[in-house]
Amino acid sequence: MGNSSSMLTQYDIEEVQEHCNHAFSQQEIVSLYNRFCQLDRSSGGFVSADEFMSVPEFAVNPLAQRLLRMVDGLNFKEFVAFLSAFSPRTTPRQKIEFIFKVYDLDCNGKATFDDILSILRDLTGSFMSEQQRQKVLAHVFEEAGYSPDSSLGLSDFIKIFGNSELKMEVEVPID
Amino acid sequence: MAGIESTSAEIDLDRPNIEEYLPTDSIHGRDSPKNLHLRDLLDISPTLTEAAGAIVDDSFTRCFKSNSPEPWNWNIYLFPLWCLGVVVRYGILFPLRLFTLLLGWIIFWAGFFPAHILLKGQDKLRRKIERKLVEMMCSVFVASWTGVVKYHGPRPSMRPHQVFVANHTSMIDFIILEQMTAFAVIMQKHPGWVGFIQKTILESVGCIWFNRTEVKDREIVARKLREHVQGVDNNPLLIFPEGTCVNNQYTVMFKKGAFELGCAVCPIAIKYNKIFVDAFWNSKKQSFTMHLLRLMTSWAVVCDVWYLEPQYLQPGETAIEFAERVRDMIAARAGLKKVPWDGYLKYFRPSPKLTEKKQQIFAEDVLRRLEK
Repeated sequence: MGNSSSMLTQYDIEEVQEHCNHAFSQQEIVSLYNRFCQLDRSSGGFVSADEFMSVPEFAVNPLAQRLLRMVDGLNFKEFVAFLSAFSPRTTPRQKIEFIFKVYDLDCNGKATFDDILSILRDLTGSFMSEQQRQKVLAHVFEEAGYSPDSSLGLSDFIKIFGNSELKMEVEVPID
Repeated sequence: MAGIESTSAEIDLDRPNIEEYLPTDSIHGRDSPKNLHLRDLLDISPTLTEAAGAIVDDSFTRCFKSNSPEPWNWNIYLFPLWCLGVVVRYGILFPLRLFTLLLGWIIFWAGFFPAHILLKGQDKLRRKIERKLVEMMCSVFVASWTGVVKYHGPRPSMRPHQVFVANHTSMIDFIILEQMTAFAVIMQKHPGWVGFIQKTILESVGCIWFNRTEVKDREIVARKLREHVQGVDNNPLLIFPEGTCVNNQYTVMFKKGAFELGCAVCPIAIKYNKIFVDAFWNSKKQSFTMHLLRLMTSWAVVCDVWYLEPQYLQPGETAIEFAERVRDMIAARAGLKKVPWDGYLKYFRPSPKLTEKKQQIFAEDVLRRLEK
């Protein structure tokens, strides 16, 4: 593999920075590139679902299967764009948009009761019954003033999350 | 991949106390006694952050990262020196070392074959000769990379009821230890010339082979191990309980097999100095032959070996706790960082039990808060 960071030119890095709205510094992009090359074992220029799953800490994540649908086959630019939601430089609004996208897998612009239920299913597995899950969800929906048939849009998400603190930051190791 | 996934269900990976290492802040309700609101349920940011953190950096991949050598030749004064070094290493040292190795092999076979065939009746004498020849051959191997090995502590003697365990960086660990004492080692079966040597020569010093992807092999090995440590005449047993090569900066979980034999466990810590060459064998990227060639074209392989004090299972201690205690000793002595992963995860996916544990914590939290 050799010195892979030397393969990125200034232009490349700036282009990637542009693509992720300057969520990462140039040094961080270089680190992420090295990491990307490490994950991309087949050196195909993209990271497959299988290669993501070879990271045990990722594979044990309850949402791994769901996230795989978002990250399978990402090239480097998309890889950085995906991770940019976890940069300290990204606004809370962009972070909420990212969370919304995880719920709204079919990209129809709304998160339905069933979408939310299915995430809850991933998170609780066999430790809650389907009935319990539905009950919990119906309860919190009602409490927040929504009926179980209503679906939440991005604006609802922004309203629900409000100004409360959202801790969603990942540090890129620079070595 | 499909084949591996189907077998991974059958193999129960050892996972001592991994729960301790699971980050507890992945659960929203740390400051629990609050009512559950829609926001809390929608906020999956801790789980997402954890996933992204693993994508950016993870302790498991770090264990198997080869360190690329620091370039030091990009300077007008150093460059000619470096070139001279290359000429010496490849033009003089390498042929000399290759010659030594060939000579070693000739002497070895000249002694081994007659002893093996002619001395069929006198087992004791034959085994002694074979043992000496294997030790000699390992010294030749060490010389072929100008191994500068410092041994600390008492040299192991041949006696029953003890088993040696060491951290594992490359198959050369075995060669380095074997040149001092003819250990019987537990090793993964290899293809090619290594496999040939395993079958013909190393079996004579009592080595045991297995295939880590075969579930059946595990039971057979466990039985053979027990038989071996009881035998009075057997060579001391050497086990690399990590079960895979790690880059000598980290240590992965120890398999508990070596710690269940009910005998003394003698830890050995091996630390390589990376000043001339990284001794880590990255078996997924490099064949063993290429690995040896890399060592043979470097200036030297520098390493320290510490024979540590024998340890016994303490009353009330489980095999897993015992294994962890010995791992602590080796990690402290060789300056290795410990990670909570099973090295076999290189070949298998982690057990769903780890995910279930996280789900359980989350579900219990939700239910508790709902009741309020």
